[in-house]
Amino acid sequence: MTEIIKLNNINYTVNDTKILKDINLTINEGDYLTFSGTSGSGKSTLMKLVADMISPTSGEILYRNKNIDDYEATDYRKQVSYCFQQPTLFGETVFDNLAFPFKVREQEPDSELMVQKLKLANLDESFLNQKVIDLSGGQKQRIALLRNLIFTPDVLILDEVTTGLDKTNKNIIHSLVMDLNKNEGITILAITHDQEELDDSRKIIKVEDGRIVEDK
Amino acid sequence: MQNLAVNNLSLALSFVLVLVSLYFGFKEKLGIDKDIIIGVVRAVIQLFVVGYVLKYVIGSNNVILTLAMMTVIVTNAAWNAKKRGKGIPDLFGISLLAIVLSTGVTIGVLVASGSIKFIPQQMVPISGMIASNSMVAIGLCYKNMIATFKDRHQQVLEKLALGATTKLASMDILRDSIKTGMSPTIDSAKTVGLVSLPGMMSGLIFAGVDPVKAIKYQIMVTFMLLSATSIASVISCYFAYKKFYNEKSQLVL
Repeated sequence: MTEIIKLNNINYTVNDTKILKDINLTINEGDYLTFSGTSGSGKSTLMKLVADMISPTSGEILYRNKNIDDYEATDYRKQVSYCFQQPTLFGETVFDNLAFPFKVREQEPDSELMVQKLKLANLDESFLNQKVIDLSGGQKQRIALLRNLIFTPDVLILDEVTTGLDKTNKNIIHSLVMDLNKNEGITILAITHDQEELDDSRKIIKVEDGRIVEDK
Repeated sequence: MQNLAVNNLSLALSFVLVLVSLYFGFKEKLGIDKDIIIGVVRAVIQLFVVGYVLKYVIGSNNVILTLAMMTVIVTNAAWNAKKRGKGIPDLFGISLLAIVLSTGVTIGVLVASGSIKFIPQQMVPISGMIASNSMVAIGLCYKNMIATFKDRHQQVLEKLALGATTKLASMDILRDSIKTGMSPTIDSAKTVGLVSLPGMMSGLIFAGVDPVKAIKYQIMVTFMLLSATSIASVISCYFAYKKFYNEKSQLVL
């Protein structure tokens, strides 16, 4: 098993409040890790640290055996991609959103690739020109997830992406993520409170009061 | 010029107008009485001081004195513009750069085209007009930038998470802020002459200059302010947005 991300003695403090305390974690390529814990336990902060949205107060995060500070932030974030809970969509249409990853890479948008990705999330070609204000919550979440997947990342971080969605949307997203992990070998780090997703997880990491208390 | 009849007595009598605003402030319990008095006292003192300084500078017709006066105007404008961006670091330097360039480029073009001469009675008021409009534009840019970064905080984070550069993640905010900075100048260009007779044109007409000639100066002022506010807005926004991020391209403000 190849080690892809390693957290060494991570602490994160805000205004003298310790949010994360002495976190050590090794993530291997192709892992599917589910993070659970009560609200405010530090799960999201931990994911934001791994996604390089914030930096630890002390400790180091290694990606492919190199400190993430030694990578260009933009290059690292293309490989370790973070998908938010209740995301905001950009511009006016679904196309604008799926075109953004191309813009990031200074490439012309490839509509064919966009349609292929839409199909992965049970959305047909007609969605490409759909206005984002006309989309349901579940469709918005699927489009946001596809934005992270237009160019396949090494690691996909999902921060409660199915919270508040109906069963149909939850199932679509869950099976899409499972497929990505099984067939494309994408490493998945997911925060969830959903029992079904927890049951399907290969490894659950429980975070409480800023510490990893259980790793099974 | 013989119609310019303001004297010390008429000026003192016009103080009645200040009492009108004090009356409304007091009656409506607006709590602005102190501000009105401070504002009036400051305006009177500042204008008297400036009046005597200008008299000296214009009388001396000295390039160094003219440049020194322009420097004071530009520095003050930068200092005031900076105050609108509370919380954003290093704004004085950014504002100063933006105002120096907007004033320098605009005046350079006007002097080169022969529209104005490098003499104190033209340089000082023109640089004052440019610097004050640039100051307002920059202040609006900062204010808008702070509000929009706050409103679109998550959107910016999502763009960064997709691998966008800080510039790409801020591009919509940058465009909105630049537009906001320029909009008062564009709006006033649309209504000039119809809604208001602006300061320079009014001043020239007041002083007895032919209105058609006064209009030509006002047209020049309109062009000049468009150029100045666009330069000031673009420069200030392009430098200021970077202050919202740290060296690791993380959103910190």
